[in-house]
Amino acid sequence: MTDLERTHERTPVPEDWTYAPAPEARDIVTLRRRYGHYVGGEWLEPTETYTTISPASEEPLAEIGQATPAEVEHAVQAARDAFENGWSDVSPSERAKYLFRIARILQERSREFAVLESLNGGKPIKESRDVDLPLSAAHFFYYAGWADKLEYAFPNRRPRPIGVAGQIIPWNFPLLMLAWKIAPALAAGNTVVLKPAETTPLSALLFCDVLRQAELPPGVVNIVTGDGRTGAAIVKADGVDKIAFTGSTEVGRAIQRELAGTGKKLTLELGGKAANIIFDDAALDQAVEGIINGIYFNQGHVCCAGSRLLVQESIYEPVVEKLKRRLATLRVGDPLDKNTDVGAINSKQQLDKIEELVAVGKDEGAEIYQPPCRLPEKGYWFVPTVFTNVAQSYRIAQEEIFGPVLSILTFRTPDEALEKANNTPYGLSAGVWTEKGSRILWMAERLRAGVIWANTYNRFDPSSPFGGYKESGFGREGGRHGLGPYLQFEDGNG
Amino acid sequence: MASRLPVKKTYKLFIGGAFPRSESGRTYEAEGQNVARASRKDVRDAVRAARGAFPKWAGMTAYNRGQVLYRLAEMVEARAAEFADLCSGRAEVERTIDRVVWYAGWTDKLAQVLGSSNPVAGPYFNFTVPEPTGVVATLAPDEPPLLGIVSRVLPAITGGNAVVAVASETHPLAAIELAEALATSDVPGGVVNVLTGHRGELAPWLASHMDVNAIDLGGADGDALELERAAAANVKRVVHGKPDAQSPWEVAAFLELKTVWHPVGQ
Repeated sequence: MTDLERTHERTPVPEDWTYAPAPEARDIVTLRRRYGHYVGGEWLEPTETYTTISPASEEPLAEIGQATPAEVEHAVQAARDAFENGWSDVSPSERAKYLFRIARILQERSREFAVLESLNGGKPIKESRDVDLPLSAAHFFYYAGWADKLEYAFPNRRPRPIGVAGQIIPWNFPLLMLAWKIAPALAAGNTVVLKPAETTPLSALLFCDVLRQAELPPGVVNIVTGDGRTGAAIVKADGVDKIAFTGSTEVGRAIQRELAGTGKKLTLELGGKAANIIFDDAALDQAVEGIINGIYFNQGHVCCAGSRLLVQESIYEPVVEKLKRRLATLRVGDPLDKNTDVGAINSKQQLDKIEELVAVGKDEGAEIYQPPCRLPEKGYWFVPTVFTNVAQSYRIAQEEIFGPVLSILTFRTPDEALEKANNTPYGLSAGVWTEKGSRILWMAERLRAGVIWANTYNRFDPSSPFGGYKESGFGREGGRHGLGPYLQFEDGNG
Repeated sequence: MASRLPVKKTYKLFIGGAFPRSESGRTYEAEGQNVARASRKDVRDAVRAARGAFPKWAGMTAYNRGQVLYRLAEMVEARAAEFADLCSGRAEVERTIDRVVWYAGWTDKLAQVLGSSNPVAGPYFNFTVPEPTGVVATLAPDEPPLLGIVSRVLPAITGGNAVVAVASETHPLAAIELAEALATSDVPGGVVNVLTGHRGELAPWLASHMDVNAIDLGGADGDALELERAAAANVKRVVHGKPDAQSPWEVAAFLELKTVWHPVGQ
């Protein structure tokens, strides 16, 4: 350690340090008082509604439709009509051009979407502006190019669209998950009925205006809103040929059971409890940034979050110390403030779940650390939390918390790290931090997870396949591999 | 006096590379022979053997796996006459051997056909490789007796999985003969396990087993719906395998895709 580093390490974090507020202008977003369902290119007046709020202030934002099975059926019929009468006749290269248009309009209106996303979901504007929006537009741009090249993606297999895709997405990346679902579905020539999450419907509803501007034919994309009952109605609808679901493993299982015997295609992107593994030769400051990004990105509302930190025993103390110091500098608060690092918890329900599991962690005997942190009075908040002294058997080491809560465990050898990392029913992602290239590849080969980040974490790209092993689901989204689930083939294989 | 009395074979299970009787001590009669009638505990032992064998088989080089599978073709060829008596005849045996050879040649090509290098928008080297899903339960079809089970088991093991196969209830003898060929072919013990018995008794335990990653319902009859429901307990990959298929997509059905990100920098 150099003298400079030593001096730096001793510098205490000033306790009274505050940033001047830097709020993003909210007036770029115009909300309607009430939203219906977007079916066949028109707005359907909903029969039942609920109120969507801002989780940072509990302020009501708009009335949202709670789609009934009959309304879902209507949307499925519109998608079926569009598939059979028109969309199938649109040439693949014209289909591509619609998707390119959508990508461009998302880029043009990206700030509006970013503000809306942070307003309705609670995520920091920094993230919705720099991650969610650019990636959403890029996803449409990437799949646009595939639309007229499918026979090159699947040579000798005569790929054809499936028909109507029913898509159910979560609240953690509302618009990005919509892009992950709709872009490949349309590129493959299908039509869509999509349901955004109950707590974050607004960006999907604003997306309908993008569809209007792109002049997408009516019925090709239909958006219905509502809670799990609406999702269940989509899963059960006869006219749906394929279901794509992103969400909890519990609901994923229920959908798989429900679809048993129907022959409908299914892809599931479910929960995770990823290990982020730090070896003693890792670049520690970089690794600490990776740990922070791994678990506190998007308030930890990330299925691939690095929620189990595995630290090699010899560097346990410096890592924990650095981590605690870094934790104290995280700015928790107004999602629309450009300085905010950690925003609001998405809903009361999710906050309750996080609080419950954190209480369980304390009861089980883990040691909790939370930095001093002033939270806003209204809204749903949770202080970034670290648990040390965690045993493999603790619920906080086994269950997905889906919040800003990190459990730290230790290991001595690469074999032990591997065994602990793989000791979970999940298998979505993992992180490895070491300067030794051969060890990275050795670990990457043996970790039973669909995405491995080496010396980085939480990176996403439309060309990069994403999806899980084991109970984290099946099927991939992104890349050439993400097209397959939206196509059928002459050979009959999936 | 008549000529020499032949020594008859005892038809047993194939678990972990050994030929045990069913722990239940039960047999049933099929194709004129007493055949072991496996129990729930035999299912458990077979899954455990498969799980134990999986890392070694998956960790072998693809080239080596290909050679071992080619050796399996040699062993079936050597027993061609015996196999012919247990299935529809010589033609089925020859198609079986050729199919094993065909899959043997796939082991070291799958990653090139199914994987990719992904041009992400950032300083990262990003690639996707296929990997075996783990332990696969296979319900072998009744027909064709030999080619059916081989057409379902080979895609799974070609990709590096370990298999617990439930033989056809009515035509189990070809499956047991196949187990004997496997046992002499350098396929490590436990990579393929063969259970004979009442399918309706064994299949539900495999479908709901929490340490089975995928289930091939190709040979399921009336109970496919219930099995598929049970498979959701641990989000199994459910495959409806065709009894006479031969394609790399049959292999792909038992594969995961792993994507690795690595920074690029000085």
